[in-house]
Amino acid sequence: MINFAQVGNDLYTGKRSIEFIKRQKTWYAVSAVLIALALVGIFVKGLNFGIEFSGGSEFRVQGVSSSEGYEEKAQSAISDAGIQGNVISTIVGQDTVRVQSEAASERTDEARTALAEQFGVEESAVSASLIGPSWGQSVSQQAIRGLVVFLILVTIVMALYFRTWKMAVAGLVALLHDLVITVGIYALFGFEITPSSMIGFLTILGYSLYDTVVVFDKVRENTAEAFRTKRMTYSAAANLAVNQTLVRSINTTVVALLPIAAVLFVGFTLLGPGTLLDLSLALFIGIAVGAYSSIFIATPLLVDLRRNEPAVRELDKYVARHAAKEAVSASQGADQPAFVGADATGAAGDDAIGADGAPRPVHKYAQAGPRNQPKRAPKSRR
Amino acid sequence: MASSSTKKSARRSLLVLFVVILALGGLAAGLTKWGGGSMTPSLGLDLEGGTELVLEPQLTGAETISEGQVNRAVDIIRQRIDANGVSEAEITTQGGKSIVVSIPGQPSAEQLDALRKPSQLRFRGVYVQALDSNATQVTPGGTPSGTATPSGTATGTPKPSGTATSSKTAKPSTSATAQNGVVPDALRAATTPATPTPKASTPTGAATTPAPAATEQPAPTAAETEAAIKAQTSTGLVGLGWAKAKADAAASKVAKEYTALNCAAPGALDKVKDDPTQPIATCGEDRVTKYVLGPSEIDGSEIADATSGYQPGPNGQPTSIVEVALSFKDAGKAKFAAVTKRLFGLQSQPPLDQFAVVLDKGVITAPQARAVITDGRASITGSFTIDSAKQLAEQLKFGALPISFALQTQDNITPQLGEEQLRIGLLAGFIGLLLVVVYSLLQYRALGLVTVASLLVASILTYLAVTVLGTTHGFRLTMAGVTGLIVAIGVTADSFIVYFERIRDEVRDGRPLVAAVETGWKRARRTIIAADGVNFIAAAVLYFLASSNVRGFAFTLGLTTLIDLVVVILFTHPMVQLLARTEFFGGGHKWSGLDPQRLGAKDVSRYRGRGQFGTPRPAATVGSARIAEGKVQA
Repeated sequence: MINFAQVGNDLYTGKRSIEFIKRQKTWYAVSAVLIALALVGIFVKGLNFGIEFSGGSEFRVQGVSSSEGYEEKAQSAISDAGIQGNVISTIVGQDTVRVQSEAASERTDEARTALAEQFGVEESAVSASLIGPSWGQSVSQQAIRGLVVFLILVTIVMALYFRTWKMAVAGLVALLHDLVITVGIYALFGFEITPSSMIGFLTILGYSLYDTVVVFDKVRENTAEAFRTKRMTYSAAANLAVNQTLVRSINTTVVALLPIAAVLFVGFTLLGPGTLLDLSLALFIGIAVGAYSSIFIATPLLVDLRRNEPAVRELDKYVARHAAKEAVSASQGADQPAFVGADATGAAGDDAIGADGAPRPVHKYAQAGPRNQPKRAPKSRR
Repeated sequence: MASSSTKKSARRSLLVLFVVILALGGLAAGLTKWGGGSMTPSLGLDLEGGTELVLEPQLTGAETISEGQVNRAVDIIRQRIDANGVSEAEITTQGGKSIVVSIPGQPSAEQLDALRKPSQLRFRGVYVQALDSNATQVTPGGTPSGTATPSGTATGTPKPSGTATSSKTAKPSTSATAQNGVVPDALRAATTPATPTPKASTPTGAATTPAPAATEQPAPTAAETEAAIKAQTSTGLVGLGWAKAKADAAASKVAKEYTALNCAAPGALDKVKDDPTQPIATCGEDRVTKYVLGPSEIDGSEIADATSGYQPGPNGQPTSIVEVALSFKDAGKAKFAAVTKRLFGLQSQPPLDQFAVVLDKGVITAPQARAVITDGRASITGSFTIDSAKQLAEQLKFGALPISFALQTQDNITPQLGEEQLRIGLLAGFIGLLLVVVYSLLQYRALGLVTVASLLVASILTYLAVTVLGTTHGFRLTMAGVTGLIVAIGVTADSFIVYFERIRDEVRDGRPLVAAVETGWKRARRTIIAADGVNFIAAAVLYFLASSNVRGFAFTLGLTTLIDLVVVILFTHPMVQLLARTEFFGGGHKWSGLDPQRLGAKDVSRYRGRGQFGTPRPAATVGSARIAEGKVQA
């Protein structure tokens, strides 16, 4: 097992750092490709809507002893019952045959009897669902309405919580990104979309935001610190935040995915398509994509959004100026004491500070411990 | 001392949690013992087997259906299901539009058709009206539908009938007064020859519950009553222009039906045949009053509109009388005028001056005609409350727009399939839980045990909550709900991870564990609340906007999110607080998961003042050596 604690330590102190912010173009490009693929999947290949959307009947025959020739059996049973049209039958789980046909409205009972006869099971072992043709439409409408309401609510909550609409926007973009890619994966692999998977998609939204909120919380904390101490640029602080929360993000994602993976596995091997599998598949894909987006997309996007804010620019300028001064004094060979506050983050004391705002070298006196002097604002500001 | 007070508050939190669990457990046990609940969560249809129908009420034409109408439609469905004698059926609305009906077992095609057929509203003349003796035995003094109180009958403004037809000055429709109160009915029934007193339907003759009227005159025998009903019905039918022989035959048939009718029994209305051309014996909506009604005289489709409100006075100012105003279409106007004219002529012989409004065989109201109404605008008054008037108006509108039900889905789950689904769901949940436990033990070592304990506490709370809600609010655990519970394992464990990672961060910064726990908690709490809040919003939106089959998922997700908050605040954090003070964790044991060295803590000596530096940990010397090296080691 990877020593997460060790990696975590290094990421936390900034010893090991992944350039999430600087290489944003790479991540954007990756996501753009993924989204393009997803859109191709959705619009070219098309989505595989389940029976719930087109209307029809579904029967499940349980306890089938031999699956031999089940397709013919199902076909003949359904046509015996006087139902026209195509019959799709699949084997799910170990001994269950799923039969889908045109809507059997009044003939549902006949069809059940016929199926029970054909497969040699009790009639009570055949379950039937009938889905009216307008059902799927109303489900989609509800889902879309739910999506809109959720997005509005969450934007308000996030904007209130983080007190900046830019975080809300970045979070929402990450969210849509997750949604599109997840649906795209469904299209590309031809997974069946049922009302359950639609609900799964909607749940992903909550999850994706959950991840993003965790990361943004740290970003907010670090950048507030950066604004206060003026020791790091905004993007460096944000990058550090992502690095510091990386282990946490991985852990939370893994822990969230584990039970879903269990459901997925058990559902796939034992139960076959149904609420359980549909929901868990959507969640599994969505949460994985959501973890990616909260790390690689949301934060870089936030930094890009705020890059041109006066406060952020000023901070960057200040840090750059200071770093330049530092470089000059360093080249003169003088070991000037640097500004080191009692700052907790990123002050490992041994890392070089570049113009990009990474931690600066610290004088050895300062290494021994905080030696804060009472600060006094310059005369002009008093 | 600060630390002892933290300890105290930690213990208090744990105690609170303990009390909450005990209270929930006690509630569940109490409900099991006395409230008819059970110690296991009630299962939804897909786990227990049964049939779920989603019906969408539809009005003919392009009319959209209002929420009030949906509620009335639910009432209709409920009445039909009760009439079918199906127990434990569950009827809910969904998205303000669809009606979800869950029935255990598998209903036959006829039963389904009976559920879905369009509603029928008819106006019929009343021949006999009386309290059902069976019903009074069940509910003595049972209140009728609430449309009228006993004394509310005489308050109708005595309007000269002649003027009502022509004058437009006053409201010309004040004419019909609801008359189906308990006492007047009983009294009226007593004075009518056709009174079915308690003996009427208890042929044994054991008059255990004497009706108020029975004391006044000797109670007639069942046979006498039946004969009297027959006579009265026959007279009524002849009055409508029926041939005597035909009327007699129909009357004797309906009199028999009337005697056999037991309104209190479930499914009583189901046996009633609603033939518009024949007289029928049926029950009031209150299931207490029995009627013999004439053939249908006006069809509900003749109703143009029905509204409820306060009756305007002569000058147009609102009075305190609540009325239901009813207006008819052109064809209905003439018919209604004819009916009121005939009934008005019978004013001295109640209940013959009443007409009954029958919705799906049940009498919803039976007002008296107090005037001849020729302009097709009637006003029904009585002791309505504004709510009951509104309800009546909605029901009358069904006459104008018969409601029918389109079948959206029908799901038929056999008990075997349900059982297997539950078994597999539980298996998946168990595996998921196990994986999470193993992972958190690997990641957090002994601290992982806190996760395990917290998950256990969360499971207990969830189980109890779902059980109690199953009894009190009829919450049923469906497959989607089980999925939600399993998924929630992850969400719950997530917040522990957020918290633990925060503590680790603080330890890395060089804080001693006790302090790290406090600062870590302060920061993690914000994050956890925000993240859980987002999750809860998602669950709430799903719950209110999604279709019923996945509502369970949203519900359990929301529930566990709340429980997660409770557990983190009342269990995980206090536990960690207490553990941080133990030697094992506080001393940073290798397996504690909070070992500062393993976490590469900055070993900054603390300035304690007075020129002294503190040594936060026994390993301080090693730490300072590392600092001198300028490297962070594992």
